[in-house]
Amino acid sequence: MENDATDDVTAGEVPDTEAAVDAVGVTAEADHGGGLSFHPMDQFIVKPLFGDAGDPVYWYTITNATFWMLLTVACVALLLIVATRGRAIVPSRGQSVAELAYGFVHKMVEDVSGKDALVFFPYIFTLFLFILFSNFLALIPTSFSPTSHIAVTAVMAVAVFVTVTVVGFVKNGTAFLSLFWVSSAPLALRPILAVIEVISYFVRPVSHSVRLAGSIMAGHAVLKVFAGFAALVLAAPLAIFGVVAIYGLEVLVAAIQAYVFTILTCVYLKDALHPHH
Amino acid sequence: MADVAATEGASACVNSIGNAIGMPQLCDAWFGNQIFWLVVTLVAIFFLLTRVALPRLGAVLAERTGTVSNDLAAAEDFKRQAEEAEETYQKALADARAEATRIGQEARDAIKADLDAAIADADARIAERTSESEAQIAEIRAGAAQSVTEVAKDVAAELVQALGGSADKGAVDAAVDSRVKGA
Repeated sequence: MENDATDDVTAGEVPDTEAAVDAVGVTAEADHGGGLSFHPMDQFIVKPLFGDAGDPVYWYTITNATFWMLLTVACVALLLIVATRGRAIVPSRGQSVAELAYGFVHKMVEDVSGKDALVFFPYIFTLFLFILFSNFLALIPTSFSPTSHIAVTAVMAVAVFVTVTVVGFVKNGTAFLSLFWVSSAPLALRPILAVIEVISYFVRPVSHSVRLAGSIMAGHAVLKVFAGFAALVLAAPLAIFGVVAIYGLEVLVAAIQAYVFTILTCVYLKDALHPHH
Repeated sequence: MADVAATEGASACVNSIGNAIGMPQLCDAWFGNQIFWLVVTLVAIFFLLTRVALPRLGAVLAERTGTVSNDLAAAEDFKRQAEEAEETYQKALADARAEATRIGQEARDAIKADLDAAIADADARIAERTSESEAQIAEIRAGAAQSVTEVAKDVAAELVQALGGSADKGAVDAAVDSRVKGA
């Protein structure tokens, strides 16, 4: 439905903005006069942080995306640097959490990808912390969720894909191609499997990025839809219950998607370091 | 379209009242901004981690592991020392017990020896006294027998005289002696 609206706009015809609004969200009665109005996608709009909402967004413009992304840096600094400044043998609460996160990802990299993958630990830990904090910060009402944007998740997924492919070829040379040649399968099946393996290899960055962006976007859009129903007196109790329930689910999703993105990175890295099945 | 883009800047994805047109995620006008700031963010986090956080956490965890294993080793050492002390104590106890037994035995032996010596001494003294007494008795008896013989001789001689005979002393003595012996 939204895609159709986009097509309408980009088709070059003079876009009737009101019609586009109708297409995007169900606008009942007056748009400005209360009543039901659903704009579940408005929360994902990138806008300049300073100046008017209509100002152009250049690549260097400080936007709401900038603000919420840099807030993740602040949170990382708070958790991993401020909380650990005591360097205590018996850790404080904050230091415990920092050590827990460190140990969790460190163990994941070591267990899934092997000891020789630990050189990539800072890289993987960076991705994990960014996604985790971005997801959690996005749960603050009226916030902006960077990880709901395919541009953000695709950059990370493509970075992982490129890294893994380069590491695979550098470490194994052409032996890396044995990843696609399933030597345990019957000989007749191997060419077919090779085609499937190659396709699945190149689909990795797509599924890797769309999984994260899709989960976060869908969850937040659903939250907005439920919140929109809260304007109806009769539906309000159910809508508020729905918001609470979905919010709880989103808290889980926030952590799980960060975990999934990270562990998939580890799995891909394992393929690069040890391509033999 | 071009007009719209010109009047609204990069907001081909937002309508005049600020609502999203389509999915904001697919608005390519915003890609550059997000990618740039994402890269800035990731690089910032990466440097925070590699320059400060990871070395610090690694050091803390290594130090903790070291401390714990040191403490465990120290505890093991103390335990061993305690066991040694216990062993020494038990050994000392056993030694003392053996010593006590030995001293008791020695004392018992000494007392027994003394006692034996004393008993032997007493026996000897008793035997000596007994033999002394027997000798005296024998002497007394011999003295008594002699006195009896002398009295008998004197009585016999007096009897012979009283009966009017003249007693030959030698004959009387011989006769008395033979009678006493015969008795």
